[in-house]
Amino acid sequence: MTDAFVHPYIPNTAPDTKAEMLAAVGANSTEDFYADVPDDLRLHRALDLPTPLPAEQDLARHVRGILNRNRTTDDVLSFLGAGTYNHYVPAVVDEVIRRSEFLTAYAGEPYEDHGRFHALFEYQSLMGELLAMDVVNVPTYDGFQALATGLAMAGRITGRHRVLCVSDVLPEKESKVRDYLRATLELESVPTVSGLADLAAVTARLRGDVAALWIETPSATGALESRLADLAAAAHAAGTLVVVGTDPVGYGVLTPPALHGADIVTGDIQSLGLHQWFGGAHAGFIAVHDDPMFVMELPSRLFGLATTDAPGEYGFGDVAYERTSFAQREEGKEWVGTASALWGIAAGVYLALMGPHGMAELGELLLARTRYAQQTLAAVPGLSLGDDAVHLREFTVQIAGRTASEIIAALRAEGIEPGVAVGEHTLLVCVTDMTSQADIDRLAASLTRLDLAAAAAVVKEQYA
Amino acid sequence: MSLPVTPKPSPRRFHQARWDEPIVFELHSAGERGIAVTPIESGVRDAVGDVVAALPDSLRRTTPPRLPEIGQMRVLKHYLRLSQETLGSDLNVDIGQGTCTIKYSPKINDQLIEVPQLRELHPLQNPADVQGALEITWRLERLMAEISGMHAVSFQAPGGSAGIWTNIAMIRAYHASRGEADQRDEVITTIFSHPSNAAAAKVAGYKVITVYPDADGYPDLAAMKAALSERTAAIMVTNPEDTGIYNPAVEEWVDAAHAVGALASYDQANAAGILGITRARDAGFDVCQFNLHKTFSAPHGSGGPAAAANAASEALAPFLPGPRIVRDGDAFTVHEPGEQSIGHVAPGFGVVLHVVRAYAWIMALGAEGLRTASEIAVLNNNYLMSRVLQIPGASAPYATGRRRIEQVRYSWQELFEQTGITSEEIGIRMADFGFHYWTSHHPYVVPQPFTLEPTECYSKAEIDEYVAALAEVAREARETPEVVRTAPHNQTVHHTHHDDLDDPERWAITWRAYRRKYFGEGSASGAMAADGSAA
Repeated sequence: MTDAFVHPYIPNTAPDTKAEMLAAVGANSTEDFYADVPDDLRLHRALDLPTPLPAEQDLARHVRGILNRNRTTDDVLSFLGAGTYNHYVPAVVDEVIRRSEFLTAYAGEPYEDHGRFHALFEYQSLMGELLAMDVVNVPTYDGFQALATGLAMAGRITGRHRVLCVSDVLPEKESKVRDYLRATLELESVPTVSGLADLAAVTARLRGDVAALWIETPSATGALESRLADLAAAAHAAGTLVVVGTDPVGYGVLTPPALHGADIVTGDIQSLGLHQWFGGAHAGFIAVHDDPMFVMELPSRLFGLATTDAPGEYGFGDVAYERTSFAQREEGKEWVGTASALWGIAAGVYLALMGPHGMAELGELLLARTRYAQQTLAAVPGLSLGDDAVHLREFTVQIAGRTASEIIAALRAEGIEPGVAVGEHTLLVCVTDMTSQADIDRLAASLTRLDLAAAAAVVKEQYA
Repeated sequence: MSLPVTPKPSPRRFHQARWDEPIVFELHSAGERGIAVTPIESGVRDAVGDVVAALPDSLRRTTPPRLPEIGQMRVLKHYLRLSQETLGSDLNVDIGQGTCTIKYSPKINDQLIEVPQLRELHPLQNPADVQGALEITWRLERLMAEISGMHAVSFQAPGGSAGIWTNIAMIRAYHASRGEADQRDEVITTIFSHPSNAAAAKVAGYKVITVYPDADGYPDLAAMKAALSERTAAIMVTNPEDTGIYNPAVEEWVDAAHAVGALASYDQANAAGILGITRARDAGFDVCQFNLHKTFSAPHGSGGPAAAANAASEALAPFLPGPRIVRDGDAFTVHEPGEQSIGHVAPGFGVVLHVVRAYAWIMALGAEGLRTASEIAVLNNNYLMSRVLQIPGASAPYATGRRRIEQVRYSWQELFEQTGITSEEIGIRMADFGFHYWTSHHPYVVPQPFTLEPTECYSKAEIDEYVAALAEVAREARETPEVVRTAPHNQTVHHTHHDDLDDPERWAITWRAYRRKYFGEGSASGAMAADGSAA
């Protein structure tokens, strides 16, 4: 029975070939190869799996049938962010990352995979310009991991054990970072004031045992940290490093943290040319200055430019490979494994297409639409802005009278995802280059129709 | 004129694409642009004014980032040329990347993930609107539970090594929940396990004890037992190991660990040869992880995105990362991580596009197909081994004469002693024939190592072709060693000087660092003067 099974993905199921190969190795059947697997560990039955669909058309119909139950952010009007963003993805980006050569390459050497090294070196370089830093890694998994790794680096460099988290942070990100650092660093949160770091409180808590200030900008509410230079000065005076978690999408117009004293800058590149993919297309970057003390603490792969035997030819290779866990095992700073290199190539293509003008225009567009959305929603009776900081792409609104969950439920009925509930009466609203003025006006009109002010008055009366 | 009908020569004549492509910054042509950004509506502009001018000085960038300005078609050409200068596994017989299980990634699966119903989906949408994504994830969880024999499965970890980390993080949380976090501070692994097992355990705060193989090349049970104590938090083992040897005493390993109160974590990165044959839970393991991007055929993407399936026993299931997907009748709901969970290990629901690809691959094969894939991978491997060992100078140390599972760690030590040609030099020369070849992981416990893993995907003819090239290079090593020593000869680039890459004075990790170090351009901060010239 098994011998008759021929599958298009498994060429040597062809009976004659299989017989020929078994004969060549002197085996009676494939059973011979499993002599080392003890009988009591053998399954002795077929796996209980659904009936297979070997014909492509049947498989496609089945999978698409399930996926067709999804309604996309094209079908609904989405103001969802909180770590995954709906930015426009240029067609050329999709074209490049779809290429078989990049999609199916893996750990090739600098010779036969020259193009992969070249493209990832360029990604590092384009990010370096955006961030004004000289060293950027080949992407790690996501911005969560990048930040955790950056803080761990700061702990090793300073030999200290406390981290002050001075910004509003996504709870999921804090969860990851806390568990990752559990063995080495203690994480303390310093409450923010009006969405930004409380400089006086932070300064008061800076001691000789603080390894790093963890600053998020834009923060989990989209607030831009306007006193990064002051925070960095205070940190450096205490021998503390500044580790930033960021989204690089605004740096066409915003000052990159390195120019205000950040030592390690980390973040996620999903905003730079990657679709939302249900939150499945993230990649993290870690950027530092070209200082061996920092570079040697970076656990990730770093691709560098090298000369070859042919003058004028660019070669590439791993920088300080012996630093990584591939060589160090348990002496490594962290593990290195398959992470998210293809997304680095995507972000490289994106930045090459956008250029300085595109990134500047995008940054301005995001600032303008964010401000417009803030103004428009703040004008809705019953809504007020969560703080008065400058925001990029995201901001919170306080809702009078109704809970955020009720607002979300009511607007979903109209085909609108108004944002993410981040408190009982607080909604996190996100706008991108995909959110037009008309979209924002529609959200405001729908919220106005809910008559939140009247609801608030009723609530007030009930509790009077 | 007559065209030859005789067979093509083997190894085939090959030449890698060579475009002598500039660095993308060198394509800069002032004023060009690659994509237009949608304009700010006049209504928005009227309402908010000049938002950039209104920024506080501390936030406004004074000099633009020095990104290149390039028209769209030139950007496209640049990256397509770079793609041509990359030997992906869709082009070569990629059995030289042992331990990484390079399978065929079916093209239909790539098409399935490109639909808007997956691509344009946000993880925080109304669960009622993402039932398809939740359902397919839940379905794959159930398939992976059956394949592993485990109770519950999570796809939160965004890679195999992230899955290894998740295993040890769960183990740490388990011991902490029992008040034994301080007592259990050691982890035992083997030298042939992937380096990430040792590294992840170390990052989690454990002292790592490494067990070496016994005289026959099997994981040394006595040495492992000697290392076990009430201090042991876990054993972290791979089976079969990267040598391709299946540890027949694996159940004794697990039982011995359990006897001292330790847990057993199974790195299933090498599971491609045992699907449907034997399962992690059947050997008593508490947690394990699979790589969806290798064992279950999702493409490797030049080094990711990747995805892991973490599978756990009933006792360990509460410690799995979240969010979890729960089936409630015909509906699927999302549960945030519970009290005992290690929490979130990544954004969202993990790399869902690989979840869909892996689901499609399993559904295309079914139970019989999975088992057949493993059996053929093992047949291919043993066939390949018999052919490789016929090449003078090649050997397969440890467990000589035994069958192997899905890969073999070979050695060119004999050839090296006779010719001075190293495994690394052979690898570079193999590229000249259109094949990828990788030496092996550190440490080189096997001298002059190379690891080949043919998987189920390569035909006999392709395996023969690979071996023919390997035999040809070994022949060259004896007869014309200079040809091997001076390789590559027909690649995109020539022999590259890697010494610069280890010297902090000379390494250049970005273009700006290169321009600064070698041409004295710009300051360390790279700031540009207002007129655009380098500061």
